[in-house]
Amino acid sequence: MPLLSVEKLTKSFGGLTAVSNVNMEIQEGELVGLIGPNGAGKTTLFNLLTGVYEPTKGTVTLDIKGHSREIQGRKPYNITKEGVARTFQNIRLFKDLTVLDNVRIAMHQNIRYQMFEAFFHTFGYHKEEKRLIEEAESLLEIFNLTHKKMELAKNLPYGEQRHLEIARALATKPSLLLLDEPAAGMNPNETAELTDTIAWLREKFNLSILLIEHDMSLVMKVCERIYVLDYGMMIANGTPEEIRSNKRVIEAYLGEDVNNA
Amino acid sequence: MKKMLSKNTFITLICLGVSFGLIQLLISQNIINAYYQVTLALICINIIMAVGLNLVTGFTGQFSLGHAGFMSIGAYTCAIVTTSMPTTTGFLLGTFAGAIMAAIFGILIGIPTLRLRGDYLAIATLGMAEIIRIIFLNMKITGGAAGLNGIPKFTNWPWLWFFTAGTILLVNNFIHSSHGRACISIREDEIAAESMGINTTKYKVMAFAIGAFFAGIGGALYASTFFILKPNMFGFLKSIDILVIVVLGGMGSITGSVIAAILLAVLTTYLQAFTALRMIIYAALLVVVMIFRPQGLMASKELDFTKFFRIKTKDGEKVE
Repeated sequence: MPLLSVEKLTKSFGGLTAVSNVNMEIQEGELVGLIGPNGAGKTTLFNLLTGVYEPTKGTVTLDIKGHSREIQGRKPYNITKEGVARTFQNIRLFKDLTVLDNVRIAMHQNIRYQMFEAFFHTFGYHKEEKRLIEEAESLLEIFNLTHKKMELAKNLPYGEQRHLEIARALATKPSLLLLDEPAAGMNPNETAELTDTIAWLREKFNLSILLIEHDMSLVMKVCERIYVLDYGMMIANGTPEEIRSNKRVIEAYLGEDVNNA
Repeated sequence: MKKMLSKNTFITLICLGVSFGLIQLLISQNIINAYYQVTLALICINIIMAVGLNLVTGFTGQFSLGHAGFMSIGAYTCAIVTTSMPTTTGFLLGTFAGAIMAAIFGILIGIPTLRLRGDYLAIATLGMAEIIRIIFLNMKITGGAAGLNGIPKFTNWPWLWFFTAGTILLVNNFIHSSHGRACISIREDEIAAESMGINTTKYKVMAFAIGAFFAGIGGALYASTFFILKPNMFGFLKSIDILVIVVLGGMGSITGSVIAAILLAVLTTYLQAFTALRMIIYAALLVVVMIFRPQGLMASKELDFTKFFRIKTKDGEKVE
């Protein structure tokens, strides 16, 4: 069983079908890209996978360590608990909280103390809080953010905010990480650095990654397989080389050839 | 033992202890006479109510206009219990029964209304508080419109201090826990919070219930301080009074709520001399503060007692 299998997933908003009959599979440990022109339905697909939207039709099946379950239509927090974490296209950090708190909040679903202990700050509370800080710091270390842990998230430069969002998603201990345009707004140097980080993260955390990206240099370099969406339909999937020479993909991006028209 | 108390909590405890001793001394020297003792009780009750509401409105970001409803539940429950059992045990029992009743109603009211956001939620909670008031107005056990009279008085400075200090410490502890951070994340960005594995509905209802619990305690102390209860005491204006304290002190600042509650009570006491002009001056002052300090007196910051005493904290200790 693949880690994630999507079958005939459809989402209509009134008369508009934003995602229609999409099939998709991600194997364990795979790094898959999702590309497509603006408005193709990439982010809608992400929102369907993470429970922000409820699908009109179709199934999403998650298979982690031989335990398979259908997750379509569940609440986002529930899907996160099952091991799917995400970042957002337009950064959604907790802006007025510190960098450390941003990461600690994402760890909340795994904390080991109860409400009662939260009120009375028992021994168990202190032990657990210490563990949270240590784990959060080791995540921040990866992105070189440890020295900024007490700064407010909104005061970080743009690139670091993107990094913090990935660190926060990792804090939920995911098996599948969905990155929505992680390189948007980054300069070529930062993008190259991010490319390395993403590949490294996959090894280190044993992750499967699905990423939406417009920056082709990043997609072609790190992704093993690429899915292409256009007008809500999956028009192609294959290795970067196959996609590069796929006629339908070229048409979707550049328009049809005049001679053929 | 050293790990059990962070320096911040320790100093907060010292401050609360000193305030207790100082005021106890002033009362025993009759510098704070019976008249000012009523103001003192009102300050304590308002602090308890405002800190509870701050958890809902300031920290979790859910705008509630129905806090007086929960206060009335606590007040009536405590009044009925203490009247039938006029001992200190009865008073304590009544107070906690009132708080728990209010919390239960907080959950019951929270589950349907907290699906709403912003101004819709405000209107819904306002309506719920009115429903509670009308029910009390028509029930026999609460004395209807005439209300309840001759509720035995048990509140004195030690008890008021105990409940106020307890509320401040418990809410402060809650805010600095993972559960509290989950609540704050809802205020910051609900969609992101939900995507990070936080059951937003659960934590909104939880914050609402905790806020209602402390409103119940505030109501119980109110009943015990003022002998009489009437449904009209817990109308819309009472909810607004509490909300003004929270907004004036700063949404998301516990020390802000404490300072604002004290300031407003002192102000009202001194403005008694101006009779007719009193409410105009009061309102004008609120407008002036909101123009020059729209984020509230303390914004979302806390008075840092450690800085005040120039005690060096290690890096990272501040976050505990």
